[in-house]
Amino acid sequence: MEVIKIKGTDDTPTVILDKESGIFEISGRSLPEDVTTFYEPILNWLDEYQEEANAKTVFSFKLVYFNTASSKLILDILMKLEEMHENGKEVLIKWFFPEDDEDMEEAGEEYADIVDVPFEQVSYTL
Amino acid sequence: MDKSNVKGFLEFVYDFYRSMKAHEITLVYEGEITHQITKAFTSLTESNMAKESEANSVQKKVFHVMVECLQNISKHADSFGSDDFLFAGRGIFMVSKGKNDYHVTTGNVIENDKIEELTEMLDHINSLDKEGLKDLYKNQMKEGRLSEKGGAGLGFIDIARKTSQKLDYHFLPIDEGSSFFLLTSSISRIA
Repeated sequence: MEVIKIKGTDDTPTVILDKESGIFEISGRSLPEDVTTFYEPILNWLDEYQEEANAKTVFSFKLVYFNTASSKLILDILMKLEEMHENGKEVLIKWFFPEDDEDMEEAGEEYADIVDVPFEQVSYTL
Repeated sequence: MDKSNVKGFLEFVYDFYRSMKAHEITLVYEGEITHQITKAFTSLTESNMAKESEANSVQKKVFHVMVECLQNISKHADSFGSDDFLFAGRGIFMVSKGKNDYHVTTGNVIENDKIEELTEMLDHINSLDKEGLKDLYKNQMKEGRLSEKGGAGLGFIDIARKTSQKLDYHFLPIDEGSSFFLLTSSISRIA
């Protein structure tokens, strides 16, 4: 499968989706000018990946900021992972947050409430 | 401009400067709100806050509120019909910094027939407590759809959550078809 590698900018996150190496990660800041256009290839990639998913998928979110429009698209990604989990694949979401960032921690808790998929919160020091 | 007009104009500039100082306005802008403008204003304010060693959590909140306010204007300020783009995505944007709070204020023209719906939404948000806002946000994320312009209907809820304060808004009539919509949010500087 094709590898998605997007280098982050000050308003778009770094994205790595690599089935071969088992790396699935979105990190940085997310407030793209057009959220739909930015996230569409990622969602399409996940649709394709779902057909032939690895036995285990660990998907990491390590965001420092995302706007409300992005929050909706992040949920769309999580729902695709939930679907994979429902279809019998092993899926783990790792939600990283800076240890002093309560809002980012809470955002993770909220997503964990919404989707039914194994979800791990990981704090880190900046 | 002839000489006396120039003098009058320059005096106006000085008055303007003084009233900005009096109201502790650190940033004011009127015009089209684009993505570039949003980026420029947020990074300017960020670096100012960093220079002044504002608490991290305060910086983050101001950033959040600024982005959502600016995007509200760029996505919702009305254009009035198909050929008049005078007001589309335009508005006034202001940041002021007092001793205890930052204030982020926006103003833009909206069509009168949208006032009722907007008021209902804002009042509903204002009627909720922390938990209520959280549930509303979650629901809106799940059920809401992105509008054509990429609005998710989450901005106001997020502002209320980040500031832990009621949304302060006001409509001023312009003419029979339109009004000026003002919204001001305060972010406490006490982390």
